[in-house]
Amino acid sequence: MQITIDEAKCCGAGQCVLVAPEVFDQRDEDGIVVLLDATPDAGQHAAVREAATICPAAAIQVRE
Amino acid sequence: MSAAHTPRPRIAVVGAAAAGLAAAEGLRRLGWDGEITLVGDEPHPPYDRPPLSKHVLSGSWEPERTALRDAGQLTELGLDLRLGTRAVAYDPERRALTLGDAGRTVLRCAGVIVATGVLPRTLPGGDGVEGVHVLRTLDDALALRRRLATPGRRLAVVGGGVLGAEAAAVARALGHQVTLVGTEDTVMGRVLGPEVGRLLADVHRAQGVTLRSGQAVTGIRAEAGRATGVVLANGTVVEADDVLLAIGSVPAVDWLRGPGAEAVGLDLSDGLRCDEFCAAAPGLYGAGDVARWYHPGLGRELRIEHRMNASEQGLAAARNLLAELDPERFGERRPFTPVPYFWSDQYDLKLQAHGVLAGADRTEVRVLGKDPLRLAALYGTAGRATGILTIGLPPRRTRSLRALIATPAPWPEAITGLTETVEA
Repeated sequence: MQITIDEAKCCGAGQCVLVAPEVFDQRDEDGIVVLLDATPDAGQHAAVREAATICPAAAIQVRE
Repeated sequence: MSAAHTPRPRIAVVGAAAAGLAAAEGLRRLGWDGEITLVGDEPHPPYDRPPLSKHVLSGSWEPERTALRDAGQLTELGLDLRLGTRAVAYDPERRALTLGDAGRTVLRCAGVIVATGVLPRTLPGGDGVEGVHVLRTLDDALALRRRLATPGRRLAVVGGGVLGAEAAAVARALGHQVTLVGTEDTVMGRVLGPEVGRLLADVHRAQGVTLRSGQAVTGIRAEAGRATGVVLANGTVVEADDVLLAIGSVPAVDWLRGPGAEAVGLDLSDGLRCDEFCAAAPGLYGAGDVARWYHPGLGRELRIEHRMNASEQGLAAARNLLAELDPERFGERRPFTPVPYFWSDQYDLKLQAHGVLAGADRTEVRVLGKDPLRLAALYGTAGRATGILTIGLPPRRTRSLRALIATPAPWPEAITGLTETVEA
């Protein structure tokens, strides 16, 4: 799994952090997503797919 | 692909925006290996709507950037994708979906997910008049953007909800003369309450938007087929070159009406009424703006026209439809009990809301700064906190506030949590 994010699309909702806190975080100042792990191991895949689906700004892309 | 002798079972997803795409993707990801027909009435592949009243309208994004998936990703899903096609009827007893294409194709389905969204409300006298706009589709946004490409236009925005407020902010930032016309003296006051609504109205005024409140808009004034303004209930006219109607929307359910719907008791009175599993009838599920469903955590029905709910509910409807069709393989159905979320960008302000705000019987607003506006607000119903709003607060604090309403806390406890969080 390879994750890419588009910071310019991110709206700072933080839904990805709620779903997959080991993979995503947010910048303190503006809430923009911070990718902690672009190639997470299999245990994280289901959470990452859900984060990508529900991201309200469609800022997370997942390639498998 | 060669045609199989035994037809593969089919699930049809009607509506190809965020909710429909999430449903189609969810079906595949969860293991549905039958046909998936995705029907969309617009010619465009699935795209994202929130940027339409923000980056697309302002001209900072080209329309391609709103695409939710690229061509390769859509191909990988193996969809029977029917764009530019409308569903015109559904018989829930026969599970037969009729398309509005030339051949009036009838598709027999194992199940159907309805994600047809909403249609913008309009005003009398506006049909076919140049300069009268709604803002729902990509084509709508591009049409208004073309008009705003000419400097110094006078734009009347009718409706002080989130769509009108965002469009007004964009048009003002582009230097146009903007009048926001609504019945209330607030911006987004119906959802955010009068106190926050007045603060937001102040923000728009400070940015140079003219607010005209207290009078309903009764019609469009036009000369020679071109809009020249909007007419208020007391007869006065707000002069404008362009008029944006942002006065709410109606769920796109008319195509579902008919004897079949009546036979199974579909309730189409405010969207497609669904149960806690997003089911409207056996084999028929709803998702996104069009679906009114029973939220068991809140003990009430909700119909949410926000972007995140579209995806979440699309996925939930997909999962529950599969569970209904084959519980041994796909497991039990699960109630859909989300904590809703929406955001809005106006000028440099970002509004973030979690939970349910509309219809609250109490609010507690803590203003932390006025220039720029910074605040946190709590919304409650029947003694429990159900929603929070923040403007200009760091994300970690917004998340702490969300925890207060994820499981609705008693109001006094939530107020204590609000105080601790904003003073941290």
